[in-house]
Amino acid sequence: MDDTNQINEKDKKPVESTHKIGIYLWIWGLLFVLSFFSYMVDWYQFQGMLRWSLILFFMFAKAGLIMAFFMHLFWERYALVNVLLWPMTAIACFVFLMAAEFQYTLFSRMFYFFVGGGA
Amino acid sequence: MSDPKIDGFELKPGFRGMASDTGSDQTMFKGVHWGKAMMWIFLLSDTFVFSCFLIAYMKGRGSTPVEWPNPSEVFALEAFGVPVPLLLIALMTFVLITSSGTMALAVKYGYEKNRKMCGWLVLATAIGGLTFVGMQAYEWSKLIHEGVRPWENPFGAAQFGSFFFMITGFHGTHVSIGVIFLFIYAYKVFAGHYENGGKRGWFTTMKGDYVEIEILGLYWHFVDLVWVFIFAFFYLW
Repeated sequence: MDDTNQINEKDKKPVESTHKIGIYLWIWGLLFVLSFFSYMVDWYQFQGMLRWSLILFFMFAKAGLIMAFFMHLFWERYALVNVLLWPMTAIACFVFLMAAEFQYTLFSRMFYFFVGGGA
Repeated sequence: MSDPKIDGFELKPGFRGMASDTGSDQTMFKGVHWGKAMMWIFLLSDTFVFSCFLIAYMKGRGSTPVEWPNPSEVFALEAFGVPVPLLLIALMTFVLITSSGTMALAVKYGYEKNRKMCGWLVLATAIGGLTFVGMQAYEWSKLIHEGVRPWENPFGAAQFGSFFFMITGFHGTHVSIGVIFLFIYAYKVFAGHYENGGKRGWFTTMKGDYVEIEILGLYWHFVDLVWVFIFAFFYLW
């Protein structure tokens, strides 16, 4: 029994060795830098498409880094990655549906406020 | 840890490995700790909850003809007599990312069975989370003093308050629960519950293992992840 246990321990050793600390520190630093830049978007009061695209870019960059490296998804098996990421398409669909919906709601509100519903 | 070769379950990389993982007998995610797989499933469902809140916020904000309060003015804070836009929110983001980094390192040291480093880093993460909750309590009380209510506020569209309290409140609840668990796990690491093959698990009679620190880490990083989206959509947009 002891012998088999020892062999198992030895076999496990290389598997359980972790990623180098450098990668975590790099990602950590990058997250600070990206957060700083997204704060700068507000500081310099960028407006319009530039503001929205910058906000989205920094947001997705940060989210991607956290998921890929801090949550280890980059090193994770494909089955898990796919189970997690495909449902996001449903959320994207929902966003598009509701975006169409709020435009219609806004339109009908404006229409009845200013044109009136009686006519 | 996150290695397809774990515990003798050899998987080919890419979709081929995925097919043999999902298509074979009895279990999926072979070699993955059950708690880790379940935490991922929970986080997926939690993603849907937060998505629904943020999508509701998008619809509420988009469909009102009344002007939306300008977040960079509403959340401005006086520093040395000068109003700085989003100062508190920037600090909260800083604190949360810091705690996320210490958590990532705690997971790493946990797998290296470095009990002291892992314990201190989990404790540091807990203190970071506590700081975040404290700052959020300050932010809430400040806005409540200024007259922000779920049904009205002095800055603009009435929906602002309800979305603000709902979304940040739900996130803050997640952080608070995380902080409680972080303190418990810091104790468990220091007490050596994961040493020498593991002594005590959590809510289970099975033996504890440092994989529990990774599971806790997944939850904590998710809380940080949600904050990234709230920061972008609620405070910056």
